[in-house]
Amino acid sequence: MNEEILISGRMNPHIDPTLGIWGWEIPLYLFLGGLAAGILFFAALYSLLGKEKELPTAVRKATFLVPIILMVGLGALFLDLKNKLYFWQLYTTIRIESPMSWGAWILMLITPLSMAWCLSYWRDLIPNWTWQLKFLEWVEVFVQKYRKTFAWTMIISSVILGIYTGILLSAFNARPLWNTSILGPLFLVSGLSTGAATIMWLSKEKLERSLFSKIDLLLIGIEVFFIIHLFMGFMASNAAQIEAAQLFLGGAYTLPFWGGVVLLGLVIPAILEVMELRGKHIPVALPAILILIGGLVFRFIIVDAGQISQYFY
Amino acid sequence: MRYAMIIDTKKCVGCSDCVVACQNENRVPIGYCRDWVIENAKGTFPNVSIELRSERCNHCENSPCVRCCPTGASHYENGGLVMVDRSKCIGCGACVQSCPYNARYSHPDGFVDKCSFCNHRLKEGKNPSCVSVCPTSCMYFGDLDDSESQVSQLLKNRGWKVLAPEVGTKPQVYYLI
Repeated sequence: MNEEILISGRMNPHIDPTLGIWGWEIPLYLFLGGLAAGILFFAALYSLLGKEKELPTAVRKATFLVPIILMVGLGALFLDLKNKLYFWQLYTTIRIESPMSWGAWILMLITPLSMAWCLSYWRDLIPNWTWQLKFLEWVEVFVQKYRKTFAWTMIISSVILGIYTGILLSAFNARPLWNTSILGPLFLVSGLSTGAATIMWLSKEKLERSLFSKIDLLLIGIEVFFIIHLFMGFMASNAAQIEAAQLFLGGAYTLPFWGGVVLLGLVIPAILEVMELRGKHIPVALPAILILIGGLVFRFIIVDAGQISQYFY
Repeated sequence: MRYAMIIDTKKCVGCSDCVVACQNENRVPIGYCRDWVIENAKGTFPNVSIELRSERCNHCENSPCVRCCPTGASHYENGGLVMVDRSKCIGCGACVQSCPYNARYSHPDGFVDKCSFCNHRLKEGKNPSCVSVCPTSCMYFGDLDDSESQVSQLLKNRGWKVLAPEVGTKPQVYYLI
């Protein structure tokens, strides 16, 4: 039998025997970024469509979660840095070629934007609130006055945020599993789907729930299509990508991916939502939680498996 | 000026002197290395062959690490060297992910570190420390833009390869085969 044995004298921590420079922080952030993007996208979309009254959770209530989600995500990103006190170096330059630079800047834009959006609805939450700081009241009035401009900015920046979480990975040509342009759209759709699931879970209105249930079904369909597309692309690609795909087609990630992500995170919630729409009584939390966990596990698996996949020479 | 390193796999004996010299010269923390030796055995018994390679950062012409760095800490320097500016590095790990050779590591002090072709020695007109200590003289260093240089001549007269050219990085460490 023709065999090849490779003996390496290198044993750098977090690099060998397999790469593990990114731990839990990055996949958690990718999930939270996608989730925030999803919620903001639907808030801005339905605000522009003038559905603020019919869909109060999507436009108002759910967005109160976004600043918290983004803060936790930013915290995770910060923890990932090995030179934490130098984080501000991200904001001394804009590097068009580096997706991480894009990400840092878009977060700088979308975090205050989401806070301002929440401020403009703050009196929904506490009706007789009076602002101690004049500035906050000014923000509230300002957003209310220029709601349309804000919504458009939010829609565009949330799509960039959602798609960038995938492009961040796909830009690494050294990791065959990530190096596919479908990863950006896939992460965006997955993020929108987790956002829709959250809105559906929080909503008390029947009409809103069933609308987001339908949206979620559509997004799950697109996601499954993208996943099939992803593997079709790998199998028709070079040796490194065929090998990377094997991690999911018989390799170590087969069961976690097809069982944990595709079955539990996509197929079962889709079946539950169809049953719900057909009039069966299903607790809304169930499909929503499954979708959220599925989205989280999906990112952990992709980040982990991607670091293992590499070129052999 | 275009710096390149050439390693003759037919002369290398895999002693790892280059590794120790580098660790010493560049004060690489214990347990880490900027260069390393690979022993690649292949074939069907009894027709087996072995290749020994001293590997390090390839100072690629099309460096994915420079492209992916969000702060500009990874950058090109004179002669095509790929360098890390420690005062700009935030340790995000993007360059570590982007390197197909896994040539970078996270230094315990927070920044990302790798082979610098001993830039500080080049400025004094010396060879990188690994090249200068090699007991079999299987390593060469020089300027590929100069067609008369030893490295240019070697690439002209001998068969050679670079590692994982299919990734498109245009590596500047050449292996004579």
